Amino acid sequence: MATTAHVRPNYIMIWLYLFVLTVVEVAAAFLSGIPKQWLILILVFLAVWKALLVALYFMHLKFEPWRLRLIFLVPLPLAAILVVTTIMEKL
Amino acid sequence: MTHATHTADLMRPPVPAEPGAGVYSNKLGMWVFLASDVMFFTALIGSYIILRFGMTDAWAAPGAVLNVPLTGLNTFLLICSSVSMVKAYAAIADGKKYFLRKVAGKTLQDGGLKFWLLITIICGAGFVGVQVFEYITLVGHGLTPGGFREGSLMAEHAAADPVKYGAATAGLYGSTFFTMTGFHGFHVTCGVVSMTYLYFRKVLPEKYSPQDYRGIETIGLYWHFVDLVWIILFTIVYLI
Repeated sequence: MATTAHVRPNYIMIWLYLFVLTVVEVAAAFLSGIPKQWLILILVFLAVWKALLVALYFMHLKFEPWRLRLIFLVPLPLAAILVVTTIMEKL
Repeated sequence: MTHATHTADLMRPPVPAEPGAGVYSNKLGMWVFLASDVMFFTALIGSYIILRFGMTDAWAAPGAVLNVPLTGLNTFLLICSSVSMVKAYAAIADGKKYFLRKVAGKTLQDGGLKFWLLITIICGAGFVGVQVFEYITLVGHGLTPGGFREGSLMAEHAAADPVKYGAATAGLYGSTFFTMTGFHGFHVTCGVVSMTYLYFRKVLPEKYSPQDYRGIETIGLYWHFVDLVWIILFTIVYLI
């Protein structure tokens, strides 16, 4: 008999991560002399990091079966195709 | 040999799962809705990216038109509401239906479902309130979905410094800003209304139990998704 037990994540720690990342984002956008292209990359990276923390730990996607994760993952490549094809249309 | 799995799973309400899906139907339905909402917001964000980076004229600089510190605080408020939502979920999973309860040896009282969900509703309503205040202020200063209103403060600033205020792209700036943040604000409002309904119809009469708290988990998924979308919107609309 197998036993599966998921221990709850430390939600307050995730909240602290999100708070610190938000402060870093705002500081990077306004207090630094980083070139625009690098700044965009850094800000998008921080936003994706924060979004992943919310999806994995608050929405519990990390602990869900793969079938359910797929429902959330499938639209992402479709979304990328939507944006890329529209950009190519404009070129 | 038979293989039995005993699930002592703290992450899921112990209600029967739909065959094949592995989760109960309410949750599956919410995930399918969220998948469709991903496409909806992708259309908005994708259009914004194409319109903005396809322009040869300058876009308004971050912070020139919008109040970033205020929206940064609002972002923090929404993140706080996400934490209180997940605490509400954890509370009912542990059978804590109460508001606050004293714990021996601790100064702070222990919050139950009633407490954490109320905090979530207050934070969510606060976010909408700040957004309404932001809209009123912006429109008052002259930013409308059609661009800078003639004779307004914004129009004067844009005339003095057309690059910083993106004078040539003000129409697109206004329309994309109000469309994206407006649809997100509508989602937040729907979430606050739904949680308030649940609070009075289900939570206060103590209809949820550790055996069945599907409503809390389902509205929680929606609420966290709304938070997730805002994290992306805040970065691309206010900071970049």
